[in-house]
Amino acid sequence: MSRRPSTFMLGGRTYSPAASLLLALPFLAMIVLAFLLPLGMLLHESLFVPSFNLANYEKVFDQAVYLRVMGRTLRISAFVTIITLLLAYPLAALMARTRGLLLAILLLAVLLPLWTSVLVRTYAWLVLLQRNGVLNDILFGLHIISAPTQFLRTEGAVVLAMSHVLLPFMVLPLYAALRAIPNDYVRAAQVLGAGSLSVFRHVVLPLSLPGTSSGCLMVFLLAIGFFVTPALIGGPQQMMLATLVQQQVTELLNWPFAGALVGVLLLFVLILVIAFNRVVRLDRFVGQV
Amino acid sequence: MLERTRTPVSGRHDCHVSIRNLHKAYGDVVAVKDVTIEVKPGEFLALLGPSGSGKTTLLMAVAGFDFPDSGRIEIGGQDVTWMPPHKRDLGMVFQRYTLFPHMSVLDNIAFPLRMRKVGRAAREERARAALATVQLEGYGDRTPAQLSGGQQQRVALARAIVYNPKVLLMDEPLSALDKKLREEMQVEIKHLQRELGISVIFVTHDQTEALTMADRIAVLNFGELQQVGAPKELYEHPASAFVAGFIGETNFWRARAKADATAGDETEVELDGGDTARVLATQAFRRDQAVQVAIRPEHVKLAPNASGMTAAIDDAIYAGSITTLLVKTKGPTLRVRLSTPDEAAATTPGGTLSLTWEARHARAYAVS
Amino acid sequence: MRRTRPAASTLAVSAVAYAVTVFLLLPTILIVPMSFGPDQYLRFPPAGFTLHWYAVYFTDADWIGATLFSVKIAVLTAIAATLIGTLISVALVRGRLPLKRLFELLVVGPVIVPNIALAIAMFLVFDRLRLTGTTLGFVAAHTALAMPFVVFTILASLYRFDSDLERAALSCGANPLQAFLLVTLPQISPGIISAALFAFIISFDEPVISFFISNLDNRSLPRKMFEDIDYNISPTLAAVATMLTALTLLALVLGHLLKRRSNHP
Ligand SMILES: Nc1ncnc2c1ncn2[C@@H]1O[C@H](COP(=O)(O)OP(=O)(O)OP(=O)(O)O)[C@@H](O)[C@H]1O
Ligand SMILES: [Mg+2]
Repeated sequence: MSRRPSTFMLGGRTYSPAASLLLALPFLAMIVLAFLLPLGMLLHESLFVPSFNLANYEKVFDQAVYLRVMGRTLRISAFVTIITLLLAYPLAALMARTRGLLLAILLLAVLLPLWTSVLVRTYAWLVLLQRNGVLNDILFGLHIISAPTQFLRTEGAVVLAMSHVLLPFMVLPLYAALRAIPNDYVRAAQVLGAGSLSVFRHVVLPLSLPGTSSGCLMVFLLAIGFFVTPALIGGPQQMMLATLVQQQVTELLNWPFAGALVGVLLLFVLILVIAFNRVVRLDRFVGQV
Repeated sequence: MLERTRTPVSGRHDCHVSIRNLHKAYGDVVAVKDVTIEVKPGEFLALLGPSGSGKTTLLMAVAGFDFPDSGRIEIGGQDVTWMPPHKRDLGMVFQRYTLFPHMSVLDNIAFPLRMRKVGRAAREERARAALATVQLEGYGDRTPAQLSGGQQQRVALARAIVYNPKVLLMDEPLSALDKKLREEMQVEIKHLQRELGISVIFVTHDQTEALTMADRIAVLNFGELQQVGAPKELYEHPASAFVAGFIGETNFWRARAKADATAGDETEVELDGGDTARVLATQAFRRDQAVQVAIRPEHVKLAPNASGMTAAIDDAIYAGSITTLLVKTKGPTLRVRLSTPDEAAATTPGGTLSLTWEARHARAYAVS
Repeated sequence: MRRTRPAASTLAVSAVAYAVTVFLLLPTILIVPMSFGPDQYLRFPPAGFTLHWYAVYFTDADWIGATLFSVKIAVLTAIAATLIGTLISVALVRGRLPLKRLFELLVVGPVIVPNIALAIAMFLVFDRLRLTGTTLGFVAAHTALAMPFVVFTILASLYRFDSDLERAALSCGANPLQAFLLVTLPQISPGIISAALFAFIISFDEPVISFFISNLDNRSLPRKMFEDIDYNISPTLAAVATMLTALTLLALVLGHLLKRRSNHP
């Protein structure tokens, strides 16, 4: 043996580049077939059919209908992000302080909705919010309303249901960030005479900022492309970007325009991910219990 | 490539490891710099050096887990530089306990035999014998988690020798054990090595461990081989100021050569603080060259009739048969070792002393 | 932990936190008793107890057909995703993979790109490749979607795994493949099984892509639910929702036990 080995062998702690590529090959094939090729063809559809043009993209920004849909999408996504942040912070703070059984229960309360089908959770909101639903019954029983009220198909209902569905995505990164703050820091600040509010402002808040921003990024990303909940709760009245895309494809078969809408959506996503310069930390969503 | 020996033949430990001009860099860090070491058949060689000196890198190259940038490694006369680790037929014990958690102790020890396609019955018999060698009969059915750290490391040792490998490599195998257990294991490993007549390369950063166990010690610093030699040789004739300081206790005193000298000469230097002393030149000096004088605490003597250098006693550390004094000279504070009670009787902190030494014990090294 | 009485602000935060927990769980939990109600429309509290809606589900060929199709897809997805995911994870952690950064991006790609974008893109391509409504189409789509979660789960257990064990196996004479199969794989298997579990749930619950790539012959369970929710909110859906929630709970508990096992071997 006098040659440096080049194939399936261990050198150091590693498989050789050739062996590694071989291991990555099935993944590559799968990702090309089910990810790169479809997205590429869709974008091709929007830009090069019949020949290179930007007409579809111009249409997105020219017509008031579409601008309104985009405005609504961004507005609802922003509301949902803010609401989930406000709801998630106290829960994450409590989780970061607890141990043992209570923590297990709280984690389960976050993970069960996360892993329960979006359809199930959206369906629950439909049942609660419909004209003869639970919410109407309660409000009627309390004499707050005198006749059944239509909550569905309102922007408020969409924001409420989406906030509920996306809340776990905010809680988990926040919890991870708050948990990572050593208790000593907080104690040190207290010893130095800081009240609980200023401990929060000057110690906890800055240190939890990475978790906050990755939670916000995750929720906003999911919200602007969200399909199921807006489609079922909001209906055509509260059309968001994803529902508009669906309508273009299933009802109008307008692939080039749908492709342009997806192109715009991807552009938003890209800008956000680059601006936050943060890879989504998936490890927080798997196996946390 | 030679066919791997399937069934080991006992008593074929007539092979040696030869590391020639080995060089390995990680980016800008040169981990091993042009190192040449020969390990003789049946020899116990310790690789000694401070943290980051390249010991592990060197061992990994011998084991085949890392390939060198240049240089050559031979085992039993065969070039193995680029041979993958599983074909080298080496035994290896790691710093952490690397027993396979999902296998019983016996299955762990039998694993190398299984890889060599030894039959089930022979496998079990030899694994039991190896278990007995490390004094753990009856522990075969346990899982590694049910053993203490010391026991786990013994099993790892049994697993590394069960197939009579040519060479046994160990990377700080005892550093996770407490002091008492570590000292016991040092003796045990040494005995085992003698009994099997196997060649061992043993990495450690503990000089006492190296001195007690090794036939020869190779001292590394910043990837460079400083000296290879028997413990006594290293202690008595350290080739560099680094070795003098790293092995055993040494006082250093800066000085200036008063005359030209060649290696091995006894010559005069002017010590920091103004005194003149006779020292042994370990290499050639020119007049006025800056040197460093290394002298062991036990070689500093009390001069009769105040004929030597005067020094004030700062502190006396009593340790039974010996007493160590910290004395303030015109230069550095020196450690002086006296045997209790004869010599130390006259000394009290605050008093003064007159010191001297034999020129051959004061080794002068050029300051680079 | 502090022994002193918690400050008022801490109590207030906890109170809000518990309220949020209730908010998280309540809508799904309310469905459970309602699914046992006898009325044609859902009421809370239910006016009685019946298993009628469960019987309707189990005797309806449409529901059962969609469920079986989804189970098939989910099992195949779990197998494909863990196989592919294990290989790429090993390449990422133990290999000198060229363009490693690019591969990492491709791994997370399917979660960063909104599902709707992926869904209609697949709709477009699968239509041309005649993959709509086929098992292959569904499995390919769901495997891509599950890949990030699978890879992250397996990566985590590979990082926890002491690579010296692999080296010990090699020094014992095992070749790289033997070292992986006999030492690494048994050690990371709890991670691989929980990755398979995640892949199963992701596929089984996946509504968006299924919505677009189903056809009249082959519909997944989420697609069938989507249609029913949109057109008639029958109490059968409440029964299905209850069973799905129970299934998720089961999977989470199972995953938890697996993780405990991999932490304390
Ligand atoms: N894989 C690597 N990548 C980059 N640098 C490395 C790598 N391995 C070792 N080094 C560097 O090479 C030098 C020698 O490292 P090595 O591990 O051989 O030292 P060592 O003598 O075994 O130290 P220790 O006693 O701490 O184990 C160090 O500076 C180290 O930082
Ligand atoms: Mg080392």
